[in-house]
Amino acid sequence: MSERSFNALVLLGLIAFPLWALWADEPFLITLATRAVILAIAGVGLNIALGLGGLVSLGHAAFFGLGGYAMGILASHAQMYDPIMTAPILIEGTKSMPVIWLVAIVVSGLAALAIGALSLRTSGVYFIMITLAFGQMFYYFAISWPAYGGEDGLSIYVRNGFPGLNTLVPIQFYGLTFAILLIALALHWQIARSPFGLALNAARQSSVRAQTVGIAPFRLRLIAFTISGMITGLAGALFADLNRFVSPTMFSWQLSGEIIVFVIIGGVARLFGPVVGAIVFIMLEHVLGGLSDYWHIYLGALLLGIVLFARGGIIGLIAGRGGHG
Amino acid sequence: MSLILLAEQVLNGLQFGVMLFLMAAGLTLVFGVMGLINLAHGSLYMIGAFAAAAVAGATGSFLLALVAALAAAAAAGALVERFVIRRLYDRDHLDQVLATFALILIFSEGTRWVFGSFPLYLNIPAWLSGPVMLPGGIQYPMYRLALIGVGLAVALGLYLLINHTRLGVRIRAGAADREMIAALGVDISRLYTVVFALGAALAGLAGALVGAIQSVQVGMGEPVLILAFVVIVIGGIGSIKGALVGALLVGVTDTMGGLLLPPLFALFMEPSAAATAGSALASMGIYLLMAAVLVWRPLGLFGVRT
Repeated sequence: MSERSFNALVLLGLIAFPLWALWADEPFLITLATRAVILAIAGVGLNIALGLGGLVSLGHAAFFGLGGYAMGILASHAQMYDPIMTAPILIEGTKSMPVIWLVAIVVSGLAALAIGALSLRTSGVYFIMITLAFGQMFYYFAISWPAYGGEDGLSIYVRNGFPGLNTLVPIQFYGLTFAILLIALALHWQIARSPFGLALNAARQSSVRAQTVGIAPFRLRLIAFTISGMITGLAGALFADLNRFVSPTMFSWQLSGEIIVFVIIGGVARLFGPVVGAIVFIMLEHVLGGLSDYWHIYLGALLLGIVLFARGGIIGLIAGRGGHG
Repeated sequence: MSLILLAEQVLNGLQFGVMLFLMAAGLTLVFGVMGLINLAHGSLYMIGAFAAAAVAGATGSFLLALVAALAAAAAAGALVERFVIRRLYDRDHLDQVLATFALILIFSEGTRWVFGSFPLYLNIPAWLSGPVMLPGGIQYPMYRLALIGVGLAVALGLYLLINHTRLGVRIRAGAADREMIAALGVDISRLYTVVFALGAALAGLAGALVGAIQSVQVGMGEPVLILAFVVIVIGGIGSIKGALVGALLVGVTDTMGGLLLPPLFALFMEPSAAATAGSALASMGIYLLMAAVLVWRPLGLFGVRT
């Protein structure tokens, strides 16, 4: 099967499954699908840095968590009618999703710019360890800063609103997240075939060769890392809205690892890699988690098997190699 | 703030630092010689702690517990190297990260399966408990002092091993040029297993020693692992000396930050706000240190470009 028709099949499934769940009156399954779609958005974000840029970031939970806290802080101030700051200008909380998304994107983008500017001074193993450490920094900061719940996290009572939709209805919220996933995928596709994406790919394959033809890898990578952080931050805001809860766990290094796992299970640098990976991950969690409390053992074994024997992920197995040189 | 409190905190920082060194030394050796990034190093720390707690519970002997920790972690390390890690040397770092992440999942859940989710406790032996009087009237727990001693002794031992033994020559040669020493007739795959098991044993020792002052539980290894990463980023990957200096810097920065920053902030803020802001900033202290070192020397204090 070609990669393109497989992707179409995945998209069709993402439309058909929740509609079927709606018909069968299984709102839980719609929520499960929403979770998969949101995690897929986070994965699409990472895939821009990891797949296109070759940047193995083990700290993407930082952006996911920042997006989550952007939602939590804005919404909790809005629900208490307590402005975030009064001087020098009045900033109030909000329950409007578009505003929250914008804030999440800007905040996580700025964080990605700062972390990227520091981490990209190095490469290889250093980069992996440093992104991991910066992610952990946010984790400990969130735990030790008591204003927004500290270790206990922050709940909001009602899901935030989107003009013209009732976001409390599962299928409507699903539709919203699905639309964002499509936009994120379109962005990835657009970047991958743009001159910027091609230059980024060249720098990934051979930094030296890219430099000799006049491409400065640092700037390209920093831009890719920042865009990647922004998308993952947006996914974090959606994830927090799905659970109506944010906690320091959103910053945890396990989450960074899991986002990488989505991308790899599906297939690195493939457009639909993170989507397939997130769906498979949620299915495993649901099925294996029902069989055994220790389902992470099976997940670990599966992951080990994929890394050692099935490079290219699920899409690689189905569509054959190619696409990622 | 009294000088005695300050001196105690410096000692606490040293104690924390030398334990980080035991972790970081193994990581940096494995990276320096085999070029491998091993996220599962924290699992070996956890295995050491659990083995020690189990043996101490069964026999009541702390020394036997330490021996068990060393043996269990070294054995787990050798097995993992033989069956998984060996396939990863030629792979890129992404594959190494994923495979060792998978190992963490397997080890953590496996340990939870065997020992349950409740933390175990490992008691400090009677002959090491209680305070000692140091010059200057400082009372300090004997056990923590012993940890500093063990850590420094291991550092010295590693220095002698690497610089003055035949194995050390091979390790250094392996780090410099693996094809060449294989061509000279050194069994490179056995050397790798030995180095990996040595690093694992150090991690297991650290787990057992720290397990006696904290609780022994699943997931205890990863926070330490990440700190050990910070240590080797600061010290320079592959350098044992860098690991020691980095570990002591991180240990002292972490404890002194928690002690000094809140009163420092209290100079220009109201006390309650100063306490929260100070402790929040202190929690970020070592990462800021890492960022500063990166700006100044991207390869770490003792790093060399390879």
